[in-house]
Amino acid sequence: MSVAAEPSSPLRERQATVRIAVVGNPNTGKSTLFNALAGMNARVGNYPGVTVEKKIGYARWGDLRVELVDLPGTYSLSPRSKDELIAVEALLGMLPGEGDIDLAMCVADAGNFERNLFLFSQILDTGKPAILILNMADSAEAAGIRIDGKALEGAIGAPVVFTSANTGRGLDDLRQAVERALTQKRPAAPSALPRPIVEETERLHDSHSRSKLADANTSETPYYLFERAILDEGGETERFLFARLSAGFEEDLRAARSRLQQGGFDLGSIEAQSRYAWAQKVTAQVVAREERPEKRLTDRVDRALTHWLIGPLVFLVTMFIVFQTIFSWASPLIGFFETLQGLAGEFVGGFLPPGALQSLIVDGIIGGVGSVVVFLPQIALLFLFIAILEDSGYMPRAAYMMDRLMAAVGLSGKSFLPLMSSFACAVPGVMATRTIDSYRDRMLTILVAPLMSCSARLPVYILFVEAFVPDRRFLEVDLFGASWTLIGLQGIVMFAMVWLGAVVAVPVAAILRWTIFRGHSSPFVMELPEYRLPSWRVVLGRVYEQCQAFIVRAGTLIFATTIVIWALGYFPSDRTELLALEQRIEDLSGEIEEVSPAQGESTDGASPDEEAPAAEPASPELEGRLAELAALEAEANHLRGELLEESFLGRIGHVIEPVVRPLGWDWRIGVATIASFPAREVVIGTLGTIFSLGGDVDENDTSLRAELDRAERDDGRKLVTLPVALSIMVFFALCAQCGSTLMVVYRETGSWRWPAFCFTYMTALAYVGALLTYQIGSRLLG
Amino acid sequence: MDKPLPLTLDALPRDASARIAEVQGNDAVSRRLREMGLLAGQSVRRSGTAPLGDPAIYFVRGFRLALRRAEARRVLIDQSSVEPAVD
Repeated sequence: MSVAAEPSSPLRERQATVRIAVVGNPNTGKSTLFNALAGMNARVGNYPGVTVEKKIGYARWGDLRVELVDLPGTYSLSPRSKDELIAVEALLGMLPGEGDIDLAMCVADAGNFERNLFLFSQILDTGKPAILILNMADSAEAAGIRIDGKALEGAIGAPVVFTSANTGRGLDDLRQAVERALTQKRPAAPSALPRPIVEETERLHDSHSRSKLADANTSETPYYLFERAILDEGGETERFLFARLSAGFEEDLRAARSRLQQGGFDLGSIEAQSRYAWAQKVTAQVVAREERPEKRLTDRVDRALTHWLIGPLVFLVTMFIVFQTIFSWASPLIGFFETLQGLAGEFVGGFLPPGALQSLIVDGIIGGVGSVVVFLPQIALLFLFIAILEDSGYMPRAAYMMDRLMAAVGLSGKSFLPLMSSFACAVPGVMATRTIDSYRDRMLTILVAPLMSCSARLPVYILFVEAFVPDRRFLEVDLFGASWTLIGLQGIVMFAMVWLGAVVAVPVAAILRWTIFRGHSSPFVMELPEYRLPSWRVVLGRVYEQCQAFIVRAGTLIFATTIVIWALGYFPSDRTELLALEQRIEDLSGEIEEVSPAQGESTDGASPDEEAPAAEPASPELEGRLAELAALEAEANHLRGELLEESFLGRIGHVIEPVVRPLGWDWRIGVATIASFPAREVVIGTLGTIFSLGGDVDENDTSLRAELDRAERDDGRKLVTLPVALSIMVFFALCAQCGSTLMVVYRETGSWRWPAFCFTYMTALAYVGALLTYQIGSRLLG
Repeated sequence: MDKPLPLTLDALPRDASARIAEVQGNDAVSRRLREMGLLAGQSVRRSGTAPLGDPAIYFVRGFRLALRRAEARRVLIDQSSVEPAVD
């Protein structure tokens, strides 16, 4: 490596920060180790244009500043896709804007590292200084496996460190080994590949590493990429190099390959054979193992948990418990956040005078940020369960059992959990697709996940089902002195709405499979790790990481959009009349509070009528003021509705009315729907505002139901009939009205193309679905 | 003497083990299987089948691998090496 090639970075400074790549097979505790080394001090992002997660951790070991670059878990460094190539480029330090890698740490499972040595032997071929970390050393020892570390170091020509990342054992040794590996220059270990292949690689490297096409800025092409080009015929490296190097390279590569084939090498299998032969030789020298009875323990647990009958039953019960808990445990927390949100609004409203600033902060910012934060408990809980199920080893079993069913839709078992999670919220669902290694399957799963009925759709269903679906009961049982409905029409409609998206997802996935993501169904090759007790450090770390990512990234977009919607709904109307009214309401509330200090809390909203006079006989004066207050509130609400109609949002509503009329809607429903594109549950508040009730209405507020029920069209017909209610619900079931989801789709796919696509197809589906529902419904139901 | 018919991995009964003769093909899947250590001479045991009959779990080189029938068919096993369940 020549220092002169990088004149801009002084040597001293470069040596002060050491960049270490963390590489390893899946299921070796790699992320646990990463978290133990970097703590919470990590940045997560994406490499541009691909779905590869870029995770960089920072640490300070003595006077050494360390930057840890976590590469995705992998079995090999043989790129077969763009994503895999990016990981290799990151390791080779080739990515623009990223520094060079000074050292590669290969994390392996101490209990079974023969297979891990395949990857390690590829790392050695990159020429980077390397360290082999035998992680989970405690459990290997407990299983009676003895490894001669010194002999292993000799055999692989690199430092070996034993760690147990979940207890923190061996981390100091690891830091010392890093310093040793950086200071002592070992002679490069000989490649495990046969000599003729090494010679051909060297020849290609010598004549082409500096050859380049027009772009003069590309640096030297590393040796390892030439090795890959020879071995991976039709692979991603070859494509990459053909585009990067001069035309003579392709010819020379073919010549090198044919010389090797004439020499009797099968290039498709020689690499695996040579590296595994080396790995077997090494492990035979250094590992002494006693009989391991607990290997069979996992088999025995599997016998039950993947049994043809018990397996699916256990799985269903587990899923049921998970979703039950997400709904029931999260609701007090959600309530807590909503209370906080309300208090914050009141607090700000208390010292800011009514006006644009107060409205911006209370309705726009607190309302907007609140609508994001409210999801946090569900996300945290869902990720808690996912992390426990994953870390214990159960998750891969669930994928394994569900694979056959998912294959019928063109997906694989690995898509099952992300889709299941999306029933709570598509945001963690889309994030959970990271465990899917096939690009095609992952994209398909991401694109259909937002169709699953998330919890934010429930308030919409509850509002319209309870108000407009007749309460017809078919099977009633008298039990314990009460009447229980086994089957009711409202329940059926609710159930249908919840499953509609999932049913529609089947043909959508199939169509995407035939069109955009054509090709053979991707293979299902998945490792099933040993069962183990989940480590709390890993589980809680994962939950924290996901919550943080959710708040930071999705929060920013929702925040911005809600402010836009607020501004559209607020301007350009003349609000002086409303302001005067609001001021009078505030004064009057203050007076009432003074008169009856015991009822200090009854000042907001439409509640005084139920709280004030009933408890104790109030003075006629107080009653009069309360009546006046209620009248003022009603007037203010009516005025708010009128102002909304005059606002930009209202004007947009009138413009789009011809578009939504075939769905049975009027401009008010149209506007409420538009306003709810950043987050679908916003529709409740918007409907409330529009129907003259002010912005603060929830789905249990019967007066919104009553208002909706009373609402008439211009020609005096009833606005919301059963077909209209159904059409609204179908629209909400299928539409991508969630800024957070689209944001997370952008983040996970690394391109605006996919959220745009997702939004377009879902909105089209929603429109057609709502259109069919209304047109057919109004003919059948009249 | 006739060569014994090639048997593929998916035909291996539960808990039986055998030696791999060859992983056929040179596409991404076959390469992946080789990278995971499914090579000629390697011993494999089938340790379970999914509730709906596919995929199945194979135990090889100390780890468990779930493979669909379609992928397991690429793996030829040595018929003479098949050992039935020991338990």
